[in-house]
Amino acid sequence: MATTEILLAGFGGQGILFAGKILAYCGLMDNKELSWLPSYGPEMRGGTCNCSVTISDDPIGSPLVLTPHLLIAMNQPSFDKFVSCVRPGGKVFFDSTMIEPETDRTDIELYGIPSQQMADDNNLKGGSNIILLGKLLKETNICSLETMQKAIEKVVPPKKAALIPNNFKAIDLGMNA
Amino acid sequence: MERNLMKGNEALAEAAIRAGCKCFFGYPITPQTELAAYMAKRMHKAGGVFLQAESEIAAINMVLGAASTGVRAMTSSSSPGISLKSEGVSYIAGSDLPAVIINVERGGPGLGGIQPSQADYWQATKALGHGDFQLLVYAPASVQEMVDYVVKAFDRADKYRMPAMILADGLLGQMMEPVTFPEINPEAYDKSGWAANGHKMKREHHIINSLYLKPDELENSILERYKKYDIIKETETEAELYLTEDCDILVCAFGATARVVKSAVNDARAQGIKAGLFRPKTLWPFPVKEINEAAKNAKKLLSVEMSMGQMIDDIKLAINCSKPVEFFGRTGGVIPSPAEVLGEIKRMGGAL
Repeated sequence: MATTEILLAGFGGQGILFAGKILAYCGLMDNKELSWLPSYGPEMRGGTCNCSVTISDDPIGSPLVLTPHLLIAMNQPSFDKFVSCVRPGGKVFFDSTMIEPETDRTDIELYGIPSQQMADDNNLKGGSNIILLGKLLKETNICSLETMQKAIEKVVPPKKAALIPNNFKAIDLGMNA
Repeated sequence: MERNLMKGNEALAEAAIRAGCKCFFGYPITPQTELAAYMAKRMHKAGGVFLQAESEIAAINMVLGAASTGVRAMTSSSSPGISLKSEGVSYIAGSDLPAVIINVERGGPGLGGIQPSQADYWQATKALGHGDFQLLVYAPASVQEMVDYVVKAFDRADKYRMPAMILADGLLGQMMEPVTFPEINPEAYDKSGWAANGHKMKREHHIINSLYLKPDELENSILERYKKYDIIKETETEAELYLTEDCDILVCAFGATARVVKSAVNDARAQGIKAGLFRPKTLWPFPVKEINEAAKNAKKLLSVEMSMGQMIDDIKLAINCSKPVEFFGRTGGVIPSPAEVLGEIKRMGGAL
């Protein structure tokens, strides 16, 4: 019974829901059960924002992720709020440009990469979220690179299809960070 | 069949269009807005009418008007907006018109909040407006069921000539899940005997009306309607029974809360506690036979709701208070966690 619960959190506008959607489509591509649940309160209007994604071999109960196996944190408040919720043995991926990873947890693995800086350096404006997804892909067995690329092709709207190569590049940067 | 990934709200809209809904009248409100937005984008391509009314009250009365002509009509809103629609819903019921009304519930009373809630259970099942009447009330628990029950709601509304409601909540409306759209061939009900769609000087006027000034006439119209309700109570109940055969503690929940409870029941079983889940899929009619079947070996029942406890009344009535029924709930937009529900199950298990 393999179930992976993922929480993504950051500021509104950082692409939290978009990155979550890519993970959800990865589940869809691999014929898994999945759920995607956004926070939809004032967060959507620019405050903090988070998104629950569950991918499983079995039907999913509550779609609200309270104790994630995997956490992507894109700002300090999100890291501080959610790092304590991560399951023992879980993994946290965070943007070290934005976050001082202060925690006394020793039972989780922390993967900090300067994703914001990397996005700026590589002319990938707004690509920090996807770079972190690349890192998550590298460090977990959530899905194959091919699946994630297919998911990206699905999630990027047709009008913005020109941005697909940039997203692939961001995944590649994250995987090699 | 192709699996699509859709938000619950979008799936409700797509299913309605596929079920032959030709008129949608709405007014935006969180957490239901994606439904109206989807209708705005797609309805005209499907040959139907989307109209954003000036208010919820206008929208429900437009539904009354459209339904009077025999076309499939729908409106959707969230809790405060449904309260505004209540007068129109009563008129629709009193006029024996088919229509579908969707409530993607949020916390109340008043403007309340915008997070998920189930505190409109009483409103939906007991009194969505004045007078003696009922709506068919369906309680989906997944995005797939949102689709399936919209299709069924349109069918049964036509079949019985009465309003049907989908009682969902913000969690189901906002979440995305894989969903497939079955081949839908809506049954064409003959509405030629009552629809006010133009008599072309070839038949008597059809009059859509809910006013009966003579008490015996009004009483008769209500008695006729209640005969219909008796048939519905006999034939239209639906429920899911999960691990109930040997359960000591029967946990009852509907909609999104039932998903949380199912996780808790699985966790309880893993710890050796015999828990089961009873999930009504129709809230009116309440699945009386089904809950008695589910509860036959249970020592205690627990109702878990996102409210202060409303369905618990129907549970007690359905089992005729033959066993203790306890309650656990969170309200105001707070979603109970599987761990909290498990805690309740364990507390009850210890006292058996």
